[in-house]
Amino acid sequence: MSTFLWGVLPYLCVASLVGGTIWRYRYDKFGWTTRSSQLYESRLLRIGSPLFHFGILLVFFGHVGGLVIPESWTEAVGVSEGLYHFNALLFGGLAGVCTLVGILILVYRRRTTGPVFMATTKNDKLMYVFLVAAIVLGLWTTLVSVGAGSEAHNYRETVSPWFRSVFLFRPDVAAMAAAPIQFHIHAIVGMLLFALWPFTRLVHAFTAPLHYLFRPYIVYRSRDRQVSGSRQARPGWSGIGTTDRDRQR
Amino acid sequence: MKVMAQMGMVMNLDKCIGCHTCSVTCKQAWTNRAGTEYVWFNNVETRPGQGYPRRYEDQETWKGGWTLTNRGNLKLKAGGRVQKLLGIFASPVQPKLADYYEPWTYDYQTLIDAPLGDDFPVARPKSLITGENTKITWSANWDDNLGGSSEMGHLDPIVAKLNASVRRESEEKVRFELEKTFMFYLPRICEHCLNPSCMASCPSGAIYKREEDGIVLVDQDRCRGWRQCITGCPYKKIYFNHKSGKAEKCTFCYPRIEVGLPTVCSETCVGRLRYLGLFLYDADRVTAAAATPDEGDLYEAQLDLLLDPSDPEVIAAARRDGIPDDWMDAARRSPVYALAKTYRVALPLHPEYRTMPMVWYVPPLSPIVDVLSSQGHDAEDRGVLFGAIEALRIPVDYLAELFTAGRTDIITGVLQKLAAMRAYMRDVSLGRDGDPAIPAAVGMSEETLYEMYRLMAIAKYADRYVIPTAHVERAHELEEIGCSLDFDEGPGMYESGPFGEASGRPAPVAVETFNALKQRQTSDTAMTTTAGGELRGRVNLLNWDGNGAPDGLFPGGPPEPGTGATTTEGQR
Ligand code: HEM
Ligand code: SF4
Ligand code: SF4
Repeated sequence: MSTFLWGVLPYLCVASLVGGTIWRYRYDKFGWTTRSSQLYESRLLRIGSPLFHFGILLVFFGHVGGLVIPESWTEAVGVSEGLYHFNALLFGGLAGVCTLVGILILVYRRRTTGPVFMATTKNDKLMYVFLVAAIVLGLWTTLVSVGAGSEAHNYRETVSPWFRSVFLFRPDVAAMAAAPIQFHIHAIVGMLLFALWPFTRLVHAFTAPLHYLFRPYIVYRSRDRQVSGSRQARPGWSGIGTTDRDRQR
Repeated sequence: MKVMAQMGMVMNLDKCIGCHTCSVTCKQAWTNRAGTEYVWFNNVETRPGQGYPRRYEDQETWKGGWTLTNRGNLKLKAGGRVQKLLGIFASPVQPKLADYYEPWTYDYQTLIDAPLGDDFPVARPKSLITGENTKITWSANWDDNLGGSSEMGHLDPIVAKLNASVRRESEEKVRFELEKTFMFYLPRICEHCLNPSCMASCPSGAIYKREEDGIVLVDQDRCRGWRQCITGCPYKKIYFNHKSGKAEKCTFCYPRIEVGLPTVCSETCVGRLRYLGLFLYDADRVTAAAATPDEGDLYEAQLDLLLDPSDPEVIAAARRDGIPDDWMDAARRSPVYALAKTYRVALPLHPEYRTMPMVWYVPPLSPIVDVLSSQGHDAEDRGVLFGAIEALRIPVDYLAELFTAGRTDIITGVLQKLAAMRAYMRDVSLGRDGDPAIPAAVGMSEETLYEMYRLMAIAKYADRYVIPTAHVERAHELEEIGCSLDFDEGPGMYESGPFGEASGRPAPVAVETFNALKQRQTSDTAMTTTAGGELRGRVNLLNWDGNGAPDGLFPGGPPEPGTGATTTEGQR
């Protein structure tokens, strides 16, 4: 059982995530959208959505910090286990609560605002189940740790090594199996959420528009491949289309 | 100098009768789909009036267009790039459906199905969004023909601005008493701006301007539904398709333009008031022109961008920049260039938004003519007309706020030209000699005035539309034709992909429309009738194409004998 959960399932989920994303990007660019519902309702969205999104982004970076960076590295720069945990619980907990409150507002809004509810697909509902479950379970691990005080389980000796080992293709099943039950459930739901990710509206997160900061304001495009406008074409901003301008010459 | 070509439009407002034919035909062609029920790429507003969406011109509220920074650079009014990204999770200023209107249909079926009783059955309005009963409180042209009644006139952002301005003494407020009213129609489409703020607001860079003809389009494959462009456009001419989750806008009917046909709104215009043709402009100077410090100078700056296609220097540069010779020829015959630059009677709508709009308007003389003739004056006499243009401040001020960022001298100049044309041509058509003093008074020669009259009043089809076709040698690769050749049968417009409405590979517009039409002609069900017989996304008279028999539009056939589903007791 442990071998399947911590040695096989992760790979299935990664395959689904990567393969699914590539497939969807190639097959369904038109369906790749946030499917914003702000046209229907704005008041609750303006509270819930930023709360949720800023929260989840913090949570994401927290996970990167906790899972990817080995304990020996943070200790090398003088961060003790106690200090690390205090910070992780405080900020992780705060971000988690923001995320949870945010998503509860969003779910409430989705359920109670007529048009928004009608625009909710089965796909969305499934996604929300896994997303809310992952967030709630994550907060549960945090709460248990807070309750346990200094006796708290140090997941950086169990979960984190396992997580890294997965990417080195030598899954350390034993390390993960040694973690308490709440971590097990959270990890499973998390993995399933990622497996589902490419097939839901969550794909919008993969196209976070950071390149907006660098692109020219005015975009010229041609049916022809030739570059035009007074600006030089940048990589990724070259024209689409056909070649007849070239042929004309 | 970098010469680029731009398809432009001019509308002669004096001729608009406010029939909304353009809106309806446009809707039939482009937005008769679920998700775009509330969308009018072309709409006709009565001015004074609030417009559609309501009060869209109030940029202090809606934050559309550009402003200048303290250092004199252009900046999006809604904020810089970082600020826009931070606000992306829920747009700070975003029109809601209520600011447009909630689209509806009527439950016609009850008229037929209702059991016999003492009361007349009523077809209740049903929301096309929720399918629930709804109360109709607003629409895309709710204040149609009201011309700013005393009840709603003050809600027009321009009236509000005029009333607040220092130029106006308190007793001279814009009033809406009967004897002082004026009114005209303003048809609006996307302006296909030279400096579009919708494009600049798009985080994905999905909105682009076509190099060949300047048409501004949304790449449906790259749009991710961040909906920033809707805030960005000061004319609110980008709409959110709430089914597909993508932005959509007026396409300038590019599939028609590419083969030399006028846009649907122009072709069907009852007043024949729309002109289509090419502008040549200097792409290198657009940003500098849009950053002109004084708003009042923006019109002139925009005019300066337009290049004279007969100028040898421009011709050489255009050849260098790859503009084909037949396009140059079309540019020389362009009616829009003539109206905007040669005769200087067409003006851009709201130049102060700094987007350099490319749909121009000949301001209407009719508000003034109407007042004169209702008071028994001779509205074709030059002296009377010129005097009235000076005296009737309120219409002139109003027009100036619309077309010249408040410069009444420019508006007065244009109106005088129109008045001169009226007065001069009256003599000619009465068989008298034209009075050369009349054109001279507005700085024109008799010949130019007569040519202007030919273009504006006779307005032959071939003079109104000078549309160079996309190149023949490219014909097989036009966006439309090129795609459809290697396109078998894509997902029809109303089918659902695995990820909800309209997912899957997009179909070229022509193929999509063809499939949708075929689907509707050959099937008995309306676009998205659901099992529960809901009215959501249902076909009504506006979005019905005359083919097929969508549910609910017509009564069902005679009931099967014996079932008596729709037969009432009494009839039996
Ligand atoms: C970092 C980049 C991201 C950006 C720019 C972004 C942006 C957006 C936008 C614009 C919406 C539409 C809101 C509306 O108008 O209705 C949205 C919705 C949503 N996003 Fe994100 N998002 C990001 C990341 C994420 C992540 C990482 C998650 C989840 C793990 C997520 C989950 C959601 C959900 C569940 C909704 C639907 C909210 C609702 O309407 O109920 N997003 N996002
Ligand atoms: S009018 Fe058209 S081109 Fe100009 S900003 Fe609006 S949508 Fe963009
Ligand atoms: S069809 Fe022509 S006359 Fe009728 S409303 Fe439209 S622009 Fe005006």
